[in-house]
Amino acid sequence: MPDKDIDTNAPGTPAKAPGLIRRFLDTPPDNVGKTVAVALGLCLVASMVVSAAAVSLRPLQEKNAALDKQVNILQVAGLYEEGVDVAQAFAAFEPHVLELETGEFAEQFDATSFDDRAAASDPELSHTLDEDPAGIGRQSDYVTVYLLRDDAGALDKVILPIYGYGLWSTLYGFIALEEDANTIYGLQFYEHAETPGLGAEVDNPRWKALWRDKELRTEGGEGELAITVGKTVPPEGRDYYVDALSGATLTSRGVNNLVRFWMSDRGFEPFLERLRAGEI
Amino acid sequence: MAQTYRSMLVDPMVDNNPITLQVLGVCSALAVTSSLQVAAVMALAVTLVTAFSSMFISALRSQIPSSIRIIVQMIIIASLVIVVDQALKAYAYEISKTLSVFVGLIITNCIVMGRAEAFAMKNPPVASFIDGIGNGMGYGLILLLVGFIRELFGSGSLFGITILPTVNNGGWYVPNGLLLLPPSAFFVIGLLIWGFRSWKPEQVEDREYRIQVVEAH
Repeated sequence: MPDKDIDTNAPGTPAKAPGLIRRFLDTPPDNVGKTVAVALGLCLVASMVVSAAAVSLRPLQEKNAALDKQVNILQVAGLYEEGVDVAQAFAAFEPHVLELETGEFAEQFDATSFDDRAAASDPELSHTLDEDPAGIGRQSDYVTVYLLRDDAGALDKVILPIYGYGLWSTLYGFIALEEDANTIYGLQFYEHAETPGLGAEVDNPRWKALWRDKELRTEGGEGELAITVGKTVPPEGRDYYVDALSGATLTSRGVNNLVRFWMSDRGFEPFLERLRAGEI
Repeated sequence: MAQTYRSMLVDPMVDNNPITLQVLGVCSALAVTSSLQVAAVMALAVTLVTAFSSMFISALRSQIPSSIRIIVQMIIIASLVIVVDQALKAYAYEISKTLSVFVGLIITNCIVMGRAEAFAMKNPPVASFIDGIGNGMGYGLILLLVGFIRELFGSGSLFGITILPTVNNGGWYVPNGLLLLPPSAFFVIGLLIWGFRSWKPEQVEDREYRIQVVEAH
């Protein structure tokens, strides 16, 4: 309709009422009604474009995030190589949702879809921490852990999620323990925003390699929590000591606090105790 | 038309560079230049957003009420930035993790707003699109130069490939940690501006004041 009106004012054509759209376009932009109409129309179009992009790309984004997490779990367990089929390699892991307080698996949750991060901010599934060395504010009552069994079905490694505050950011990562639930196999952070070149050296393979074969507790797991990230060797000895990152005192302290917190009685200790007793 | 398409594309590289001449967009240039890969993706994202936002704003320019024109520009720019951010999360997840908040901050990048206000509101869509590409590339050029210097001397690598093996990894090069911190980009950009203005003295601004010697009575 409006297209016909373009020539309304051409010589010889009788004047007729212009169409609605043409009338709108010809209105001076500073008219109050038009200002409101332009604002509303633009917001409507922009919101549709943004929602369309967000909704249509969501499945891909979720796939990426899940893949990224799986790659990190494979890396911390030492199973990742360039070009490996992540989904296939990841199928070797046995995910379980764990109730931290009892150290028992919580079978009421589906471990493949349980969202640890959402649980940590859900008042039903988490509690606030009064004493909070890891700087996380709320701690989830349930977390997802991953078990890796060898061909004979005996426990080979266990991968536990850990997180806590460093200097600038919350560091999210995994720690892999050997079958004795006391010897560290690896530690890896998959999300943090520490200073590049200083705190971000938590990603440095040479530093991560320092964690291999360190022990959490003395006396083969029965004694005190001894693992320390610091500048001096603890009295328990070198087996429990990871050298702090140079130039990143606060990040190192954060890593020390968060590892010690998650390995303590308020973290995974009830579960680790069961693992050491051979109950799982 | 005062400018040809070619000059719109080439001028922002050196003669009218948004960072070194107009000194816009410096904030994000500090944040994303510690590695070349991130700088390259950021440059691409800014170029796309500037070009398309200029084009859409220019297409609507006769209809935008002047009382709300900045808000209208912001809505268009913000929507594009969200689309870019979502696309990066879907197709370049690793990079979107390193860019994190800085993609969102393209909204506040002065270059995008500057081109919308200074060029797109007065010129037709195609010219505005080309102007946006040109300015995005001018910004990207400086980003890559700064990123090259910072990554090479700060972590001994380029695009993540080791060039100078660092002491931390058993090599000989002691990296300059300052170059990995945002303030170093101030020094590098400052030196670049000095270099550009020595090469092209016409870019030097006139003094705004002059110290005058007043005879004592």
